[in-house]
Amino acid sequence: MALLDVQNLTVEFPTRRGVLRALDGVSFSIEAGEVLGVVGESGAGKSLTGAAIIGLLEPPGRIAGGRILLEGSRIDDLSQSQLRRIRGRRIGAIFQDPLTTLNPLYSIGRQLIETIRTHLKLSEADARKRAVRWLEEVGIPAAAQRIDAYPHEFSGGQRQRVVIALALCAEPALVIADEPTTALDVSIQAQIIALLKRLARDHGTSVMLITHDMGVIAETADRVAVMYAGRIAEIGPVAEIVRTPAHPYTLGLMGSIPSIEHRVERLAQIDGAMPRLTAIPQGCAFNPRCPRVFARCRIERPDLLPAGATEAACWLHDATIRPLRAAHG
Amino acid sequence: MADETVLEAAGVSRVFDVSSPWLQRTLAREPHRLLRAVDDVSFTIPRGTTLALVGESGCGKSTIARMSVGLLAPSAGDILFEGQPLSAARAQPGLRRRMNMIFQDPYASLNPRWRVRDIVAEPIRAFAMAKSRAEIIERVGALLARVGLSAQDGEKYPHEFSGGQRQRVSIARALSSDPDFLVCDEPTSALDVSVQAQILNLMKDLQRRYGLTYLFISHNLAVVRHMADRLGVMYLGRIVELGPAEEIFRAPRHPYTRLLLDAIPDLAMIGRARAQVGGEVPSPIDPPPGCTFHPRCPLANARCRAEKPAVTLIGASQVACHAVAEGRTEP
Ligand SMILES: Nc1ncnc2c1ncn2[C@@H]1O[C@H](COP(=O)(O)OP(=O)(O)OP(=O)(O)O)[C@@H](O)[C@H]1O
Ligand SMILES: Nc1ncnc2c1ncn2[C@@H]1O[C@H](COP(=O)(O)OP(=O)(O)O)[C@@H](O)[C@H]1O
Ligand code: SF4
Ligand code: SF4
Ligand SMILES: [Mg+2]
Ligand SMILES: [Mg+2]
Repeated sequence: MALLDVQNLTVEFPTRRGVLRALDGVSFSIEAGEVLGVVGESGAGKSLTGAAIIGLLEPPGRIAGGRILLEGSRIDDLSQSQLRRIRGRRIGAIFQDPLTTLNPLYSIGRQLIETIRTHLKLSEADARKRAVRWLEEVGIPAAAQRIDAYPHEFSGGQRQRVVIALALCAEPALVIADEPTTALDVSIQAQIIALLKRLARDHGTSVMLITHDMGVIAETADRVAVMYAGRIAEIGPVAEIVRTPAHPYTLGLMGSIPSIEHRVERLAQIDGAMPRLTAIPQGCAFNPRCPRVFARCRIERPDLLPAGATEAACWLHDATIRPLRAAHG
Repeated sequence: MADETVLEAAGVSRVFDVSSPWLQRTLAREPHRLLRAVDDVSFTIPRGTTLALVGESGCGKSTIARMSVGLLAPSAGDILFEGQPLSAARAQPGLRRRMNMIFQDPYASLNPRWRVRDIVAEPIRAFAMAKSRAEIIERVGALLARVGLSAQDGEKYPHEFSGGQRQRVSIARALSSDPDFLVCDEPTSALDVSVQAQILNLMKDLQRRYGLTYLFISHNLAVVRHMADRLGVMYLGRIVELGPAEEIFRAPRHPYTRLLLDAIPDLAMIGRARAQVGGEVPSPIDPPPGCTFHPRCPLANARCRAEKPAVTLIGASQVACHAVAEGRTEP
């Protein structure tokens, strides 16, 4: 059984002009101890997917369909108080800006101890010891002395370390990290990613790592989900997604990323832009930009289909059609 | 004309006064606090080429960008545009119109209440570069076409465009006074990678077609590798390594450049563990003595902690590092 199983998740925003469907039939799973990278352009639905899983969708956004299972039991239909217990204890969260996660009015120690004691039956003194251990583990120098310091007394990189400690201190089974390094300097990014990777491995934690930085994904994730216009376009092992993608969008995306290893004269370019939620085209949402579009793409919407090592939502990989064509030919 | 220098910075520094307000300072007996954002920086940019500056946040890239188009005056040193001091060059409309700047944030840099055609036409009007309304309309249409938009897009307002389209509008505006020198400060940092590719391709096409000269600023080494002919690596206000981009990527010499190249997440890194740069960038208000990189440098020794390294010429690159100058590979 997968640790997390998201089935056909649909998220909608009722607006005056009608209902916006921001996530449309998103399905994927994360195994215990696995790092799933989630990539895609801004607005593709990455953050909403994470928010729906931890029950932090902002109203009027709501789950309009599908199911979310954590260790086999549903978590998409829980009450707010049940969700609060799951958050922190079974699912930890790390967001882009550490300042939104940390309360500026409390020392970092206070926040860690609170979180630990909310979820684990420990005395104040034991929780404090545990908090110091976590600060040491995330690499805060002189943790025992600095535990009573306030968030503003730390640098941006150190704050993100504290947030990681906060997300992991109750030893959750799953951590959702939404752009955890985007606000940080490149050399600090490397430190934070390495830290997250090591902690997840040491503690057997699964990670859903949301980022638009394919470089970070390439070296951190086991599998990758590529999102486009509220759906998963392709999902599979990181090496295949990066090197031999099956979906034309993934192919274009990978080609558009400059690399420090080798220089190309021109980057691959996907013309146009991702459609707005109000103007998702019929059929495959990528069809107006797709170099391989054919008639069926404009009418029928593809679901994820097996495509070699990955699964791709693209009619080019419809095995039921191809033999038929061959028979005609 | 091939080797002609368009822009030259000679020993340029910029200091900001970041003291507390006077009264508070007097009461608390605080001294003046000065922040040296750019410290003795020199470079030249030959015509038709791209010099890229990379470095982490706060290392002085934008400060150099603003000084290079005259939006900010250096505290010391000179910036020359085609051999003339920048202040003198900017006093002549004929020269001033030939330099322009593209900013990071295509949202903040476009006036939301103006139609795109007026945004793009503004420099044409300011420099009186068209004789009639009809000529302005024609030029704006041509500029929009040049950046991959259509003349009809001129009727729209900035909020009606996506981020990438807005950055195209910024580029059209920057090109409207027919400049040959553009300063681009993180022009794609706010954009998605697929949109970034469109903009970088466009910038390269325009450079090839019109012989533009770029000062290109980014914190993204992969983007810089794609764009740069020459590269300057900055750390705490100084250029620590400067030379042909290919040479620096092939054989980085300064310990900071080497660590930075190792630290960058890259597509080629699947499953590979990479080296890490320890520590964080120190505050520029109170930089470490000697070489400012010494607290993080694996090669730092007593001399590094005491003495600022001078620039050494190695191959076609300039490197400011004692270890490199001494040929030392251990602390
Ligand atoms: N007007 C100002 N007053 C005081 N300090 C300033 C001013 N402008 C810049 N600085 C400081 O000068 C240093 C260099 O700033 P600059 O904006 O050039 O950095 P940068 O390399 O462009 O960084 P980023 O990558 O974050 O854009 C920073 O420490 C910054 O805080
Ligand atoms: N509160 C909201 N109201 C309406 N639409 C929203 C809201 N939040 C997000 N969306 C829309 O949902 C889509 C996915 O958003 P998001 O998950 O934040 O994207 P990503 O994280 O991939 O950049 C976007 O089109 C966004 O505009
Ligand atoms: S389904 Fe058709 S339009 Fe969509 S990605 Fe595949 S080939 Fe392109
Ligand atoms: S001068 Fe010394 S401290 Fe500075 S980069 Fe070179 S070896 Fe390192
Ligand atoms: Mg997001
Ligand atoms: Mg800047």
